Amino acid sequence: MGTSLTLSKYPQLERIVDALLPAIATLAALAVGAVMLVLLGANPLEAYRALIEGAFGSRNALADTLVKGTPLLMVGLGICIAFRGGVINIGGEGQLVAGALAATWVALALPHWPGWAIIPLCMVVGFLAGAVWGGIPGALKAYFNVNEILSTIMLNQIAVQGMNFLLRGPMIDPVQLQVASRIPQTARFSRAADLPRLVPTRLHLGTGIAVILAVLVYIFLWRTTYGYRIRAVGLNPDASRYAGIRVERYIVLSLLLSGAFAGLGGAIQVLGVHHRMFTDGSATGFTGSAGFNGIVAALFGKLHPLGTIPASFLFGALLVGANKLQRAMQVPSALITALNGLVVVFVVSSEIWSRRRARRRVTVAPEAAPAAEAEVAA
Amino acid sequence: MISDLFSAQVLIGILTSGMRLATPYLYAAVGETFGQRSGVLNLGVEGIMLMGAYAGFYAVFTTGNLLLGLLAAMLVGGLLGLFMAFISVTLQAEQGISGIGVYLFGLGMSDLLFQKTLGTVETVSGFPPIHIPVLSDIPVIGQILFSHNVLVYGAFALVPIAWFVLNKTTLGLNIRAVGENPEAADSLGVSVSRVRYFTVTLGGVLSGVAGASLSIALLNVFQQNLTNGIGFIAVALVYFGGWRPVGVLVGSLLFSMVNALQVWVQTLGIPVPSEIAVMMPYVLTILVLVIAVQRVRPPTALTKPFERGE
Repeated sequence: MGTSLTLSKYPQLERIVDALLPAIATLAALAVGAVMLVLLGANPLEAYRALIEGAFGSRNALADTLVKGTPLLMVGLGICIAFRGGVINIGGEGQLVAGALAATWVALALPHWPGWAIIPLCMVVGFLAGAVWGGIPGALKAYFNVNEILSTIMLNQIAVQGMNFLLRGPMIDPVQLQVASRIPQTARFSRAADLPRLVPTRLHLGTGIAVILAVLVYIFLWRTTYGYRIRAVGLNPDASRYAGIRVERYIVLSLLLSGAFAGLGGAIQVLGVHHRMFTDGSATGFTGSAGFNGIVAALFGKLHPLGTIPASFLFGALLVGANKLQRAMQVPSALITALNGLVVVFVVSSEIWSRRRARRRVTVAPEAAPAAEAEVAA
Repeated sequence: MISDLFSAQVLIGILTSGMRLATPYLYAAVGETFGQRSGVLNLGVEGIMLMGAYAGFYAVFTTGNLLLGLLAAMLVGGLLGLFMAFISVTLQAEQGISGIGVYLFGLGMSDLLFQKTLGTVETVSGFPPIHIPVLSDIPVIGQILFSHNVLVYGAFALVPIAWFVLNKTTLGLNIRAVGENPEAADSLGVSVSRVRYFTVTLGGVLSGVAGASLSIALLNVFQQNLTNGIGFIAVALVYFGGWRPVGVLVGSLLFSMVNALQVWVQTLGIPVPSEIAVMMPYVLTILVLVIAVQRVRPPTALTKPFERGE
């Protein structure tokens, strides 16, 4: 291009802005939200105060925020693996359900087992169920060239319908049948299968497990051979194949692991929060859209497992605060869903700043080029 | 009771329902096909459909004018499509994720507006069926093909129009070029961003119509999350159809016919668990793809933002 060196005069400042970009964008979205609140007849300052109070205002609120963010983190970890492996997994919803169902089934089948045995077993089963639900689209893509966006979306609905079927029929709580109310939920698990609480709040061990797993996923992706190959396939499948990597296997592995973490997230949800499984029939009734929000959390975390941790809890805060907002100010939680969407759009759009900055750094001065050519020719 | 399924009356009923049910999928998927052919993935179709459904419904509910409802849906859909185009083309945001953001926004906004302006679930008199003279009197075929409301006809008419535009016009050539090789298109003087703005906005308009087809034609009602995943299925159908309008038609019909079948199966009391029946269209779609084993490539530039002079 032949322009002169165009490094910014204020690299430090720009780096700070870069890091703060998601926060700045979020504030911009919240400003739009304030306008919407005014139109709804609510005081924005009061509303946001209710939001923050709802998410961080007390020990219980803080605990709820962390608990709400846990399934997002689990799905998000899976998304980090999948996207890094070059596959787009939209199936988090279905994989969550699959894992939760499997864990539920085991917990109900073995009510007399002690906690230290039943909990790990349920988690393993949830992990495996999610792995299967993710592995299917993986195999379909690798060996039948079925696009994974299509298959994961379809499998979401299939999982939800399967869940509805099981919870209305074979797995329904016998108590429901007795009282003839037929609410589609299972019996409550035995207390042994409850994940222990970390502090006397609703915060449960699952959150800690998720954070530890995030570190393990980081190590897996950047410090093991399998993780390296997953990333290689994601960056350049052709070059990877040329280098001898069996691309098909790693496509399957990426989606399989992605589903597995979502499945484990589902297991943690039933073991730590709900202690039973339930549905309202809709596609996101049980999961609370954690399958979609997890994707967003992973992308906010720049597809890095460690970055996904704060991103997930931030989203958890937004969701928890929304409940408080609805209760305190009669603002429908639908506003928060819309605001959620705006935050996502603003944050993702703001990355154009970082990209422009990165491009400027790569521009080379023309004086250097002829000298380099002379070197090469000599 | 299974034998009931094979009576002429029921079969005609299934085929007719299948045609109707395909309508929202067709509008949304054909619209998305334009966008994806030009290189932009819009996962927010579901959200745009919901906003279009609400806008159309509210307009009809308050004015009783169906045309106004349709126009309202198209306008709202177009605005959201324009928004999506701005995010994806000018701001070059990551397309999959920004689509989900638009989805969440549309989901929440439509519900919020519904709660604040309507409050309870209401019904409207939507588009009535129009029996095409002469043709609708043909036995069997007449009922299946020629006795639908105007939005259903529009959805099916859209397919050959889209095929023609994409394959036989300069605009279509530009769209395809921009999706396959934006650098080359740019060097030949085609404005990549203008083409993409057009296709994504058009996709938004059609998604809005798709939503309206539910709220003021097929179901005549609006409620929270009316579409319940139809928009996402429509995006999936674009992949199924190999990014071709005819393929999208085949996929939409396949999906909707099986959907209609399972509804009738349940209505007739055939002992299939309802949830298993509801699953059938999704399972079948995957199976067909596996069996068909297409080697169809997506547009090369799909999801990749384009910057001049890169």
